[in-house]
Amino acid sequence: MSDGTPTPREGTRLDPWYGSYAQRAHQMRASEIRALFAVASRPEVVSLAGGMPFIGGLPLEELGEMSRRLIVEQGEVALQYGSGQGDPALREKILDVMALEGISAHPDDVVVTTGSQQALDLVTKIFIDPGDVIVAEAPSYVGALGVFRAHEAEVVHVPMDAQGLIPEALEATLTRLASAGKRVKFLYTVPNFHNPGGVTLSLERRPRVLEICQRHGVLVLEDNPYGLLGFDQEPLPAMRSMSPEGVIYLGSFSKTFAPGYRVGWAVAPHAVREKLVLASEAAILSPSNASQMAIATYLDHFDWQGQIKKFREQYRERRDAMISSLSEHIPEASWNVPDGGFYVWVKLPDGLDAKSMLPRAITARVAYVSGSAFYIDGSGTDHLRLSYCFPTPDRIREGVRRLATVVDAELETVRIFGTAGGGGGDTVDFPSPDLF
Amino acid sequence: MHALILAGGLSHERDVSIRSGRRVHDALRGTVDKVSLVDVDTELIPTLRHGDVDVVWPLVHGATGEDGSLQALLELVGLPFVGTGSHSARVAWNKAVSKAVMLRNGVATPDYVTLPQSLFREVGAEQVLDTVVARFGLPVVVKPVRGGSALGVSIVHDREDLARAMVHCFAYGDTALVERFVEGTELAMSVIGTGESARVLPAVETVTDGAYDYDARYNPGRVEYFAPARLSQAQAEAAAATALLVHRSMDLRDLSRIDLILDSEGLPQVIDINIAPGMTETSLFPQAAEAAGLDLGAVYREVVETAAARA
Repeated sequence: MSDGTPTPREGTRLDPWYGSYAQRAHQMRASEIRALFAVASRPEVVSLAGGMPFIGGLPLEELGEMSRRLIVEQGEVALQYGSGQGDPALREKILDVMALEGISAHPDDVVVTTGSQQALDLVTKIFIDPGDVIVAEAPSYVGALGVFRAHEAEVVHVPMDAQGLIPEALEATLTRLASAGKRVKFLYTVPNFHNPGGVTLSLERRPRVLEICQRHGVLVLEDNPYGLLGFDQEPLPAMRSMSPEGVIYLGSFSKTFAPGYRVGWAVAPHAVREKLVLASEAAILSPSNASQMAIATYLDHFDWQGQIKKFREQYRERRDAMISSLSEHIPEASWNVPDGGFYVWVKLPDGLDAKSMLPRAITARVAYVSGSAFYIDGSGTDHLRLSYCFPTPDRIREGVRRLATVVDAELETVRIFGTAGGGGGDTVDFPSPDLF
Repeated sequence: MHALILAGGLSHERDVSIRSGRRVHDALRGTVDKVSLVDVDTELIPTLRHGDVDVVWPLVHGATGEDGSLQALLELVGLPFVGTGSHSARVAWNKAVSKAVMLRNGVATPDYVTLPQSLFREVGAEQVLDTVVARFGLPVVVKPVRGGSALGVSIVHDREDLARAMVHCFAYGDTALVERFVEGTELAMSVIGTGESARVLPAVETVTDGAYDYDARYNPGRVEYFAPARLSQAQAEAAAATALLVHRSMDLRDLSRIDLILDSEGLPQVIDINIAPGMTETSLFPQAAEAAGLDLGAVYREVVETAAARA
């Protein structure tokens, strides 16, 4: 060190590989919003954020014994590598699950994956070049948007209403994109009990959506984790059942059984399936044998349909608690009443910004997911997603009561200043997996 | 010796605190007989009473951890702990109070005003904001009067963005501090020790693409760090003297981080005081220790042993 002007020198960015990352990795950053969710895991906080199924409703003792026997009696297979396409016995049983939604397939059509999230990644990997267009509902599942971003897709949202995706809007969007010379690779849709929208694509609209996509040469990626979790009606026929060659279907045991096993699947036209298997083997070699065998055993020896019925009753009770609490405490907001699934999509009173309001909510010990997480461009801040799947009805009521105090306080602040807040940074939301 | 690190808590900075706690825990392991890491929850008091704890290191950032509450509890329980005592913590935590104390002690700090939300309601937001701009000009810095990690902080360049910044700030607390933006070299001054024995580690200079916000602080890449800072000896001495003056005059103990801006006149202006500085992979205190050629484990052991000796 000297008295003179110091000599300029190199600093450090604390990451010697900073200049080596792929361009797409630069947006993968921990955000202020993500940090706030660290508090949501504390029991003092009523988390209406996470899409975690109510695992406490499972027969855990019996499942423990099942796992023990699986390892003791079949450990040499369960703990070994398996087939890249997945355990044939499980693939056979998956057909029974899909039959409930009208899908008829052959076990060879099924590719078992590490959760349907991996299937989503594989499909995107084999179809998307950077800049290719994916059409998705507005809003759309946050975990899918993360995959699409990672593969540098351009995501174009299409609006929904109470009957799900609006066919006329889809037609107009595909026509506009074609005119602009854009290459649309697939429509991504969650047709049943949408995450986060809570709505279901009506039976009448399903063939219309399929026809529009077929006419435009656009594949349909049908993501269906919630289809069996309707409260009242029988499951609607899957889109895949109406167009086996035009639809890749994704299924999951995460919501109807347990996400901890990380088992999902894809059913695809045979040529697509072959590529999915090769892509999956390149990524993970094979899905977990232990998890697949556990699920196959569960499907064989437990009343899994009875368990789904129990889940539906529990979730209906929780949905009712949430809806009645919203009516009582936040009547100035509006929301849909889902007929199944996990989520209520809430439109905040005019002027409020869910992302900006989140710190206040965390202070009040309640958590939700801002609507901005479900739009590729971070819009949608006038909505928030509330999940009723995990907390008990009493906790839901308490959470909504707390949320009401947050809304009131934020409304007052917004009235004073005539604007919503602009905080939260401009980083893209990457919620942690338990919020999906 | 059993050192108990407290990290987590329920503040907005829980995530940062947990990361700090884990880093300190790992650095201390093997340098003291036993080191444990626990959250601040209903098990805390039983752990303090029955956990054979010799010394506590509260590394809880944000409210409870830095506002003197946790320190008061530890004083009540009668266990020695690392860091500033409860009374001084309360003063340092509130930026308006600490700025007033600094000014009284001859420490320069950017011109500021403290504005509770209730004032805007009573007087009218636009008129208050116009008055703020008339006084300070633009840009200004808007921040919660209590808080850290740049949460709720905005640098406002345009008058039309000021109201949004205020709403953002009030999402984190009911009182805002608006201060004149000072252009200059941003420096983090880490201090170790207490009173006359306190010493300053090399200054760490931060150069940020955009604002030094939460994203910049905890995601490597947007900030270029210079440790030691690119300063002349006179500048370095002035910055160190200011940091020491703050540390001593505000009765800060064991370790602190004083953030300041060396303005265009070469005057160090203090913008923040941290009694529980971050200890994460991207935090400034560990970088300062490394620049001084110190082993982090040895530094933390020294801090812990000094605190334990107060028993």
